[in-house]
This record gives sequence, structure tokens and C-alpha cells, in this order.
Amino acid sequence: MKINSELCSGCGACAAACPFGALVIKGNKAEKTDACTDCGACASACSFEAIQAGSGTDNGGDAHDLNSYKGVWVYLELKDRQLRGVALELLAQGRKLADEMGQELAGVLLGDNVADLANEVFANGADRLYLVEDPCYGRYDADQYTAAMTELINTYRPAVILLGATHNGRDLAPRVAARIKTGLTADCTGLSIDAETGLVAWTRPAFGGNIMATILCPNHRPQMGTVRPRVFKRAEPDCGRTGTIVRAKTKATTSRVKWIKSIKSLKESVNLEDAEIIVAGGRGMGKPESFALVSELAELLGGAVGASRAVVDAGWMPADHQVGQTGKTVAPRVYIACGISGAIQHLAGMQGSDVIVAINRDASAPIFTVAHYGIVGDVNEVLPALINEIRCATA
Amino acid sequence: MKIVVCVKQVPDTTEVKIDPKTNTLMRQGVPSIVNPHDKHALEMALSLRDQLGGSVTVLSMGPMQSQEALRECLAMGADHAVLLSDRAFGGADTLATSYTLAAGIRKIGEFDLIICGKQAIDGDTAQVGPEMAEHLGIPHITYASQVEAGADGAPVRVHRDGEEGTEILEVKLPVLLTVTHYGDGPRLPVVKGIRRAFRAEVDVWSVNDVEVDRNVLGLKGSPTQVRRIFSPDKRCGCEMIPGDACAAASVVATKLRELRIIGVGS
Repeated sequence: MKINSELCSGCGACAAACPFGALVIKGNKAEKTDACTDCGACASACSFEAIQAGSGTDNGGDAHDLNSYKGVWVYLELKDRQLRGVALELLAQGRKLADEMGQELAGVLLGDNVADLANEVFANGADRLYLVEDPCYGRYDADQYTAAMTELINTYRPAVILLGATHNGRDLAPRVAARIKTGLTADCTGLSIDAETGLVAWTRPAFGGNIMATILCPNHRPQMGTVRPRVFKRAEPDCGRTGTIVRAKTKATTSRVKWIKSIKSLKESVNLEDAEIIVAGGRGMGKPESFALVSELAELLGGAVGASRAVVDAGWMPADHQVGQTGKTVAPRVYIACGISGAIQHLAGMQGSDVIVAINRDASAPIFTVAHYGIVGDVNEVLPALINEIRCATA
Repeated sequence: MKIVVCVKQVPDTTEVKIDPKTNTLMRQGVPSIVNPHDKHALEMALSLRDQLGGSVTVLSMGPMQSQEALRECLAMGADHAVLLSDRAFGGADTLATSYTLAAGIRKIGEFDLIICGKQAIDGDTAQVGPEMAEHLGIPHITYASQVEAGADGAPVRVHRDGEEGTEILEVKLPVLLTVTHYGDGPRLPVVKGIRRAFRAEVDVWSVNDVEVDRNVLGLKGSPTQVRRIFSPDKRCGCEMIPGDACAAASVVATKLRELRIIGVGS
């Protein structure tokens, strides 16, 4: 980003527009500070064309070499030998990117005896499946999976890799990106092809969901990103589709981390991401005991219990119930927000829900900006009434 | 046990507001805090030190103002504090940040354990920890909730929060851990600690103090570039349901029936 001080009027519009507070007005002229990330927000805000956007950096990247990387890859994460939902969602979105780039879509599957999943991978949009089968891949392990992914990338040179932003996906992706020395964008909520450059435009929330940023990885390959579960919809499987299986062998590696055992959560694990109905409570519930109402309604509707960050931080609810930017992203058919004011990081995690009902005492609470139906009132009165209504309706 | 804890000073994103007129971030009056997950990382480190002896060094990268965050860590009980601060480090993405922090850790010297918060609440990437481990050539374990240290030189047992429950893992030191939440949460600074924190020196290192390849630092050395920043979409058109609690509840029940959530078939 460059400021032309002759054109600059010192009006300060750029400083106000800067999400990073990186511009100061000194001596009636704008000056940038170290906090500048070259995002270009200032250039769009300037009425005097005094700011030229663009980093002007050229950190390597031989065009010929970059163009030799082709195709979109989806890392296919497993759960109990089945493809995770996010893998299918990424195949659907990856298909769109690959079509727009005029290139192939491939799935990458590491596992033990998992070849039977190939048809499902092709039915969901892949042209090709890189299949690595070995008993050592039976369980996720950062060292072994990183070594295998790196070897596959160096051999087959994909242009783009998409991974699910699950615990293991967010464990693996940065390790691989650092080994390959390429760019990685975390937790994306939007993916498209940038018309001007043909690069993947990775869009993600930042500052707790207060702003959205679109990121490019111009001079390094592959372009990598993780995507949250439930952000994209999976495609209708086409069982007639076929593809090519590439059986790849990788060098044996040993892991520095030894798995001892896994303990499933004692309580029925909270599966917010797959819930059709979520009843969530916030600080407006007043006290931890009031959460019984939230649980009761959730149980009555056959749904799951969600919570805002405020009540998780306050210790009213365990962290695995948290919905939002630092918790889970959910998109149920119905989301009932009880006493949740709707901090933007909470909205970021639930605004994709089909129908949102909000109950809050404060009529100006931001939750009502995303809700479909709103009730201004005390949750401790509305919830018992609602529970009673539903009891009567289902009796 | 020699432990390094990486911390970041962040704006308190729960306090960030959007100017409804200009649709831009209002930064004025937003307090700077120590990233909350990093405080849990520090608590884990301090507990291990109190149990086993050794030292805890806190490391940060950022503008000079980040010294405040490091002093807060000293007040909680950290032994040393180091800040990497230089124009050359500015504008870094996660790869360049992790590279710079790794260079700082090499300069700090021998270590057994590096502990980071799971992610920073401003960037929310959760990438710097694992990327740093890769630069240092050591293993990492993310989402660690508990560490059981064995005898000298023996592997440590780490509890990791997995997607479906807890994994128990064993690893030889050195290792890098990232932490979401530890025990009962971070301790409060004690008066003695606060006094010491005021007097203590924060070592500030510039690009000349660490061994780095200047081509892969800061904005210039970052593979990812921010193309555009914008405000998230807002939906409007919320239908407000009038009436007292009972009347409103009855309307919601009707809506749920229409959506076939309740009373299907009756």
C-alpha cells in the first residue's frame, strides 16, 4: 500500500476505515504504521485516489513453476472408517472450484482398508482418488499423516487443498503447510475463484467475527485452507459417476507421539453440528439453574443444548456446548436463542440456521438482526409457557 | 523443567463494536488483553513448574505495547519475558509469525516444553503453534488439557481433547502443546508478583538479535495476503411476536407446528 502525500487531504477517512488501526494522520497527511496488512480497505475509502492498494511485494514464485501445480484436492477425514460430513461438503464445493478452474477434483484418503469408500468419493464429485492404505494410517497421527501428505503433494503437485476445520484437520493442515512452506487460511466460510487472478479467494471471519477478510495465496503452491463443517451443503450423490483410483505408496515413518488409549466422553457426547434443533442459552438466563429450562425445552423437541461464550466462560455450561466463532458452527432447522444478546462471534456460528427464534429482554439486542421470529420478554417466563404449550400440543 | 509459553496481546473482541453508520470497526476504547487461551497455557506451565521446579519464559511478538501483556504474565508468576519487536516482523501471516517465534525460542536456548494457547481470539487461526513446532523440528499435540510429567527424561503423558472424546498420548520431550482450557483457569496475579513485574526487565529483541532469513519475515515473507476486508452480512426482517409470555409462547408453538417440529401427525 502506498500513500501519495500530494493527493492526500488528511481527511482521515482511511484511518476510520482501517480495520487494523494502522493509519495515523500526521501533519495533515495519512501515514501507515507497522500494523498495516495491505488489506486495501483504506484505498476503497479514499475519495482522493491518494492510496494505491497492493503489497508490491514479490516473494518468489516463478510463474512457470506455479502453473505446474494443477487440480483441487479434498483431504477426506474419517470417523469410524466412514467419511466425515465435512469431507462430503468439501467435495461438493471443491467440484465447483475445479470446474471453474477447468481442472480435476481429487480426494485424498489415508487409512487402513478403506478402498470400499472410493465409490462414495466419486459419487460425491471427485474425478480421482489418491488412496494410501496401510495399518499405520488406521488412526490419525500428526507425524505420519504429515509425512504422507507432504510426499503426495510433492509427487502429484495439486494447486489447491481443502481440509475440514475439525480438531484433526486443524492439527494436520498447519504442520503440512509449514513443511511445504506455503500459505494456509484457517476456518474459511466462503470459497470462490478470484476473477482477476484465477486464485482461490478464501473468505473467513476475523476479530471474533466482527469483520470478514478475503485472503489470497499468490506465489506459493499448493494454496491451502481449512473449512468449517456445515458451511457448505453436500451434493446429491450421483451413483453413476466413476473415477480413477491412484494407489499411492508412501515411505514408512515412525511417530514421535505414542497413542495409549482413547476415552469416549462419559456423557452422551454433545453433537451440536448434526442436531436438527438447538435450544441455546446465554447470560440472559440469569443464573446457572435456569439452564434446566433450556435443557427441558431441548429434550422436549428432541434437540441439543447450545450455549453462548459468556456462559461457558462463566462456567455455567461445559465448553462442548459453545456455539460461535470460538465454539461450533451450527446450521440446524430451528435455533432457539434464549437470553443470548448475540455478540457477533455468536452470530457467526449460528446465522446459517434455517429458522431462528430469539427470546431476549432487550429489544435492541443484535440477536434480533439475524432472527426470523423475535420475542421481547423474560426467558424465565417465556420458556415455561412455551414448554407448557408444547407439552399440550404433543400430549 | 524449562518451559516457554507463547502469548499474544489481542484486542478484547467481545468489546469490539461496529459503527452502524460507516460499517467499520470501532477500535477506540477497545481494551488490549492477554489472549485468554494463552493465560490457560501459562497456568499449565506455572503449575508444572511449581510441581517439578524449573522456569517459565513468556515470549511474544508484536509492537512495543505488547510489553504490557508480558508484564501481566510476569505478575502471574512467569520468570522471564521476551518480546520480539521490529518493523521487519510486522504484517506477518501465520507462517512468517511462527518462523519468527521459532527463531526467538532458539535464541532463548534449551527448552523441554513449549505451550501455546489453542488460538488467538483476534485471528482465530490455531495455526501458529503447529507451524512453530515444524520450524523447530519437534512434535506437537493440539488441544491438550492435561500433562502428567514422569521422572527425568521419561516421556510425558498428555490428555488431548479429540472430536469424540479424550485421547491419552505419550511423547518424549521436547514437545509443543496447544491448550484450550486448563484446570480451574488461570491464577490471579499476586501483590508480590505485580511488584516484581513492574521492576522486571522485558528483553526486547529486534531482527538483529535473532538468526533469521529476512526474506521470510513479516508482510514480505508471508505467503498469504489479505485481499479485502468487509463487514459481515446482516439479515433484516425479524418478525416480532407481540403479547405477554403465554401469548408469545402460543405463537411460537404454532410456528413450530407449521415447521413440523412438533405435533406431527396429531
